[in-house]
Amino acid sequence: MFDLQGYFPSLMEGLLLTISLSFFSLFFAMILGICGALGKLSSYKILQKIMNGYTTIVRGIPELVLMLLLFFGGQMMINQLAEMVGYEEYIDVNPYFAGIVTIGFIYGAYMAETFRGAIMSVSKGQLEAGRAYGMSGRQVFIRILFPQMIRHAIPGFGNNWLVLLKATALVSVIGLDDIVRKAALAAGATKMPFTFYLMVAVCYLVMTSISVLLLSRLEKKYSVGVRTV
Amino acid sequence: MDFSIITGNLGLYFEGLWMTLQLLFVSLLCGLGMAVPLAIMRSSKNFIVQAPVRFFVYIFRGTPLLVQLYIVYYGFGQFEWMKDTILWVFFKEAYFCCLFAFTLNTAAYTTEILRGAIKAMPFGEIEAAKSVGMSRALMLRRIILPSAFRRALPAYGNEVIFMLHGTSLASIVTLIDLTGAARVVNSRFYSPYEAYITAAVFYMVITYILVWLFKKLEYKWFAHLRPRKELA
Repeated sequence: MFDLQGYFPSLMEGLLLTISLSFFSLFFAMILGICGALGKLSSYKILQKIMNGYTTIVRGIPELVLMLLLFFGGQMMINQLAEMVGYEEYIDVNPYFAGIVTIGFIYGAYMAETFRGAIMSVSKGQLEAGRAYGMSGRQVFIRILFPQMIRHAIPGFGNNWLVLLKATALVSVIGLDDIVRKAALAAGATKMPFTFYLMVAVCYLVMTSISVLLLSRLEKKYSVGVRTV
Repeated sequence: MDFSIITGNLGLYFEGLWMTLQLLFVSLLCGLGMAVPLAIMRSSKNFIVQAPVRFFVYIFRGTPLLVQLYIVYYGFGQFEWMKDTILWVFFKEAYFCCLFAFTLNTAAYTTEILRGAIKAMPFGEIEAAKSVGMSRALMLRRIILPSAFRRALPAYGNEVIFMLHGTSLASIVTLIDLTGAARVVNSRFYSPYEAYITAAVFYMVITYILVWLFKKLEYKWFAHLRPRKELA
């Protein structure tokens, strides 16, 4: 039952794609998350409204629906826009790129909430003290706010990362050759779906376990300044 | 936006809504029913009792729901012997496979939520229960579980929303739930905006109704924490 009949390299190729996709999406989600959190906490009403709208809407819709909407709808929109500026040929959106943007866009909303909470838990007095020393807003952010907010953000960030990692399994639905799709192809050819999907499950289990391990180390490292009883 | 596509297919969307709600509530109910005994086992001091529950939770929380669903829906067909048993009557149906996978998944997450709530039990209350001579079962029924349920409520509300979003995966294994309805409409008319935005609106409405319900329930269950209205 555990004979993979030569499909092991193909599965590993898919795994590699899954991993690279997760990291790029995470990167994109973090940028969006920081922007979202700063927007929510900014004094500009419009910025607040836009960012609140973004996080509320995205978190109310299933990932799969958003992914299908952004993938199919986005493709159509790009072609319509291209037509408007006079470009005749049909543009095929690269599904790898679409996957990164979609997953990043969705988890950016979750990251924004996590970062907002983390920023709010840094005491205001410290920021004021920074300003009183004559630091610029940027310096206060880099020297005082950011290093401390990381500590508060790590648990939430870790959860988001685990959910994001598992959500990458969905990209097989929009036609990306990730590990799930490679397994589906292998399962179809060998008539051994259980074996191959079990392999996929094991791969994900390994990835999530390593993540949990690293995250708990990171949490310890960033909590050195915290007194414990 | 072509609204005639939406209004013309509203019936399909409502059928999908009914399927989504069925999947959601049946799996939540069965999952919660499984999670209560599992959480009690998980909080046991006996390693042999808690180890299998730990393993179950670890497996189901560490892998994607989609992969779990694929293993149940496609994977079980690999075993020829299974096709001869009564089980196959159930496992050849996508509907049952979805319920099965969703129930186990939500049971794992709910077990972890309840375990956290049981662990946070104040010592004093348990000592008090012991000192009035309650048995372990009575203590669970009267003291531990009611208080654990209350503490678990906010986290469970999140789990319910996650499960609602998780049911959209049923559309991948041929069921026509809300997402399935949207996919049918998209493939029929090739109009992704209308098809998926309609489904998204449906999901958002259900999400916010659920959030509102849990707020109400929290208000009621946390009555003892509310600030007093008049000064006594």
